[in-house]
Amino acid sequence: MPLIVDRRRVDGRKPEELRPIKIESGILENADGSAYVEQGMTKILAAVYGPKELHPKHLADPQRALLRCRYHMAPFSTEERRSPAPSRRDVELSKVIRNALEPAIFLEEYPRSTIDLFIEVLQSDGGTRCAGIVAASVALADAGIPMRDLVSACAAGKVDGHIVLDLCYVEDQEGEADLPVAYMPKLRQITLLQMDGLLTREEFERALKLAIRGCEQIYEAQREALKRRYEAIERLVGGEGA
Amino acid sequence: MISVRRRQVIPKIKRNRILSALSRGKRLDGRDLDEYREMRFKVGLIERAEGSAEVLIGATRVLTGVKIEVGKPYPDTPDRGVLIVNAELVPLASPTFEPGPPDENAIELARVVDRALRSAEVVDFGKLCLIPGEKVLLLYVDIYVLNHAGNLIDASALSALLSLMTAKVPVYEVSESGVEETGEYRPLELLNRPITVTMAKIGDVIVVDPSLDEEEVMDARLSISVDAEGRICAVQKGGPGYFTPDEVEKCVELAFRKSEEIRGKVVEGVGQA
Repeated sequence: MPLIVDRRRVDGRKPEELRPIKIESGILENADGSAYVEQGMTKILAAVYGPKELHPKHLADPQRALLRCRYHMAPFSTEERRSPAPSRRDVELSKVIRNALEPAIFLEEYPRSTIDLFIEVLQSDGGTRCAGIVAASVALADAGIPMRDLVSACAAGKVDGHIVLDLCYVEDQEGEADLPVAYMPKLRQITLLQMDGLLTREEFERALKLAIRGCEQIYEAQREALKRRYEAIERLVGGEGA
Repeated sequence: MISVRRRQVIPKIKRNRILSALSRGKRLDGRDLDEYREMRFKVGLIERAEGSAEVLIGATRVLTGVKIEVGKPYPDTPDRGVLIVNAELVPLASPTFEPGPPDENAIELARVVDRALRSAEVVDFGKLCLIPGEKVLLLYVDIYVLNHAGNLIDASALSALLSLMTAKVPVYEVSESGVEETGEYRPLELLNRPITVTMAKIGDVIVVDPSLDEEEVMDARLSISVDAEGRICAVQKGGPGYFTPDEVEKCVELAFRKSEEIRGKVVEGVGQA
């Protein structure tokens, strides 16, 4: 089955077009910070607890806070039910997502403590690690944790011989390559880079540039979501101090 | 919660020493920035395994065994064999490894090796089918880290590749009553040979094949796998730091250059690549 006909993809997008993205922050009562991201059919919740005291204490780092991250997919998030036990994929993604966010956070401001980050994939339609990072960094900002920049994330890849942006599930499964990237646009730093599939060197470089452009667009949506959140708070307190 | 970084306590002084050597273009062990440690390998040393290879990169030592069994295919690929890659950070290999189920480091290691083999389509899985939907061959690739002195990814990826290159597949006779071993073997033909090159970023210097000391002080690492036709078949960034787009480009250049060198050595050593 061809995935691209007349430069249109399975969901009608152009090769270099993102799926519609919706970001909301501050949506969970109990969490210190939270965010919801919808990107096409992918739906993700992220929550931050902390900085807070770390147990067991011997894990504490006297120089900086520990960032702990759990990426998890809900049993009903995929076509076939998934076991709720963490898969090997979940364990690896939790690690690379943690590594993608660590460079952004001033962890040294909170020695001996922990910041706990939970990412729940409610529905998966490709690009969940990137959408998870997008949600997580909005949740971290919502929690008031000082950051060098927001981390944005987006995948590029190769489908039917074309370099495309923001792959959906079918494109990821049937396509030739997938290249998820996390990026801090203000600092121009790449904090997550993975790839599977086959790309020539030239295709890799094009895909990386395209993914970075996607990150820059998503970054604007992240900033807007945070602005809306603070405007809402401002209205709530009647504009005092504004 | 799976995120505890088990870092050895490294005096800051070590990072400073490594950085000051790097600023002069030198490494503590005397290597150039783009130089691997001495690489050695042995194949076929585990007779009970269908394939095996031990790779040494400096003092890093990884043994991989391939076992081939008959089993059920995945429902979505009923006529294809199955590749299963697992890595064990054996406690005898390092004071920081502990017994128990694979931790996140072992899982990441196995999945990075698996990704390169799978993306490069190393094995013709169609040839590993005995009875579609019922019986196929399962290729178990078990990576056993025996001494951790840095850069486990490249040593593991190479030992997995060499063990598959030298593996022999038991020949089965398929009849109505099922499948039966004939006692004969055929070579496992490989369609591709990916080579993985890992680079560490320390300060703003990129080095290939980081030693354990370098890994302990590095900001981030990048592993890039290049296949026999000069295509990138897997990438993995690790560590708490970042890479700039220019640094990634430099790493890609290094990965292409170093993977060719290693490929040359593999050709010499195993004589069939």
